Amino acid sequence: MTTIDTRPDTAVPGEQPSDSAVVSFFVGAAGWVVSTDHKRIGRLYLAAGSLALLATSVIGLILGLERVDDSAALLDANALLQVFQAYRVGLVFGAVLPLALGLSIAVAPMQLGARSIAFPRLALAGFYSWLGGLVLAMAALGANGGIGGGDSNAVDLFLAGHGLMILGLLASAVCVAASVLTTRAPGMTLRRVPLFSWSALVGSLGMLLVLPVAFGSIVYLFIDHRYTSLNFGGSEGIAAWVGWIFSVPAVVAFALPAIGVAAELVPVTFRARQAVRGVAFAGIALIGVTALSALTQQNTHAVTFDSSPLTFIEGAIPFVLLAGLPLLGLLIVMGLGGLTAKQGSSVGRPRIAAPFVFGFFGLGMIAVGLIGNALQGITDLELVGTTFEEGATLYVVYGAALSVMGGAVFWAPKMWGRTIADKLVMPLALLGVTATVLAALPLYLAGFVGQLGGIPANDPEVSAILSLDGVDGGALWMTLSLIGHGLMALTVFAFVGLMLKAFAGNGEMSEANPYGGHTVEWTSPSSLAPHANYEHVPTVASATPQFDMTADGSHS
Amino acid sequence: MSQLALPAAAMPAPRRQLFIGTALACTAATMMIGSMLAVWVLLRERYLTEGFAGAAVDRFPGKYIVPEVASNVMLMTVWALCLFAQWAVYAGNRGDRAHTALGLGVSALMAIAFINAQAFIYVDMGVVIHDTYYGTLFYALTGSMLALVAAGLVYTTVAAFRALSGRLGETEILSSHALYWYFIAVAYSAIWFVVYVTK
Repeated sequence: MTTIDTRPDTAVPGEQPSDSAVVSFFVGAAGWVVSTDHKRIGRLYLAAGSLALLATSVIGLILGLERVDDSAALLDANALLQVFQAYRVGLVFGAVLPLALGLSIAVAPMQLGARSIAFPRLALAGFYSWLGGLVLAMAALGANGGIGGGDSNAVDLFLAGHGLMILGLLASAVCVAASVLTTRAPGMTLRRVPLFSWSALVGSLGMLLVLPVAFGSIVYLFIDHRYTSLNFGGSEGIAAWVGWIFSVPAVVAFALPAIGVAAELVPVTFRARQAVRGVAFAGIALIGVTALSALTQQNTHAVTFDSSPLTFIEGAIPFVLLAGLPLLGLLIVMGLGGLTAKQGSSVGRPRIAAPFVFGFFGLGMIAVGLIGNALQGITDLELVGTTFEEGATLYVVYGAALSVMGGAVFWAPKMWGRTIADKLVMPLALLGVTATVLAALPLYLAGFVGQLGGIPANDPEVSAILSLDGVDGGALWMTLSLIGHGLMALTVFAFVGLMLKAFAGNGEMSEANPYGGHTVEWTSPSSLAPHANYEHVPTVASATPQFDMTADGSHS
Repeated sequence: MSQLALPAAAMPAPRRQLFIGTALACTAATMMIGSMLAVWVLLRERYLTEGFAGAAVDRFPGKYIVPEVASNVMLMTVWALCLFAQWAVYAGNRGDRAHTALGLGVSALMAIAFINAQAFIYVDMGVVIHDTYYGTLFYALTGSMLALVAAGLVYTTVAAFRALSGRLGETEILSSHALYWYFIAVAYSAIWFVVYVTK
């Protein structure tokens, strides 16, 4: 079989256990390293993304300490420029992209009734390309590379690492999108695709539209920096050309699968069918307009209220299209979620479990980030260049991470064969949302009082960002923000620990459908989805086959 | 909870997975080439209005001459390549092994001819990469296109192995391969117009 081959539709037996512990270990490790099982590839992404998020939160904490007291000198002053960039690279390329893609890869094929993801070897190759690129980019930052870096070779390595990451992510995104479009079980039309898989499709298409644009710029930047540094401002010019990829609205397009998790969990929690599914699909697709917003790099709009009507309209039209439509999409998703909950209230009390709490708060955080994205586009508010943008990015990234955690807990029975106890996870959801609010909200407030932010391209810009002079309550806002980063690091650390415990087989053995899921993956009588997911490819006759099979539409 | 399972279905019909995957990859590559052309046009207009390094610049560095024969032949080559790739699809659908081989073989030959012509342009124009603003832009854009054509050549090789080694009936790879070359033809047409015609 080649990279473009797909697993045959016949079951393949798994590896046979060996008597020798050493041999078993190596066979098991090799099984993970070269696995073409989409559940394993997805979990590799999730594990690596979680570790990167943990590291990024710690970096955010350290940067917060530097901001509160710039005389503390926790870090070498010459290293601060690189630390700022490690923070941004970690948030976007280390966390939100792999987490969203990882959950999509692990879950979407099961939801589609497929035996495998499309092009599994390509998906695995994408993971290794992304991981290698991330390591190279971070190593380059450690060697005085990155934006405004002093070592020319390390700057080139930083760009090459990003190129490698983008190629890997694109490869995996192609696999997810092709899976949703081509591997659906018989009877599963596109309108019957679960909401999460739909959001995975829209998110993957968003990545396929946005990431190549950044890649093209990186090719230019690499060659220009390597040979002349004439056209793009040398290493300091990198931020001007690809800085947009590390910020809203691009990160909203990347976080779309996380929004799908929340949309998926509302009907499950309230034991009702999703209200007006077609409109919910449209809502998720509208949020995908952020990809267009990122592509056109129209992050700000000349919406001025004290001008002539014509001037106002000229600024307001792109603002409404690029910043307003995604907000409308989010309102539709949330409104239909509310309607579904109302319909479910007639059946009985909702079963509020930890995944829903994660997803609900995650969606809320992303919504606040999206509102921030729209607000910063209004030039009259003078938020551009302040910490407001960092706050919006943090809301989206941390919110997406919370949603993905909820998704990992929800589908843990199918991925691990284990259920993670609500009493252990629920506090983490509450801690996570507290962390997100504490980390991001103060940056919103600081942005309104003029605290400088953004992605620094040189040491003077670092100094300007660290300086709190003339900013009312600046130290307080930064203190709260660093506490938020610390709490998020704690949340991720504890969550990874719980997952490792479950993975090691110490969690509770799961029922086949412990949360009362509605979609096709829950129809399997086994808890852990078997190798190749389904013994027989199922026939699907509705969007919620498991929900339909219960007598009264409620699970027991 | 009762143990429920959906009934087994008949084996799903082929959904042209490779074709869709290729289309998605072509979409991504179109975005890349499109954005690179946009940057090219942006910088060209900026330098025309603002000058470069404090001095006015021409639309195109006067010391270079575009070998128009080579660039035009490249354009004809990629469109002819589409024809031969489509010929392979037609022959594959009819189970005609000889003509499939011929179509793919000529496609590969055309791809090599394209790469050769690009190499000729590099040598003939003699653009120095670190000379002016033009060098890096030129090599970045045409080099990216060259990489895409090289990837297409690999695709042709893989398709030939698959189609001619006993899997001639699986014609999806042939149509996917043809789709890729259609994308290359469109992408190069845009580059030809911007880089070699309007400069």
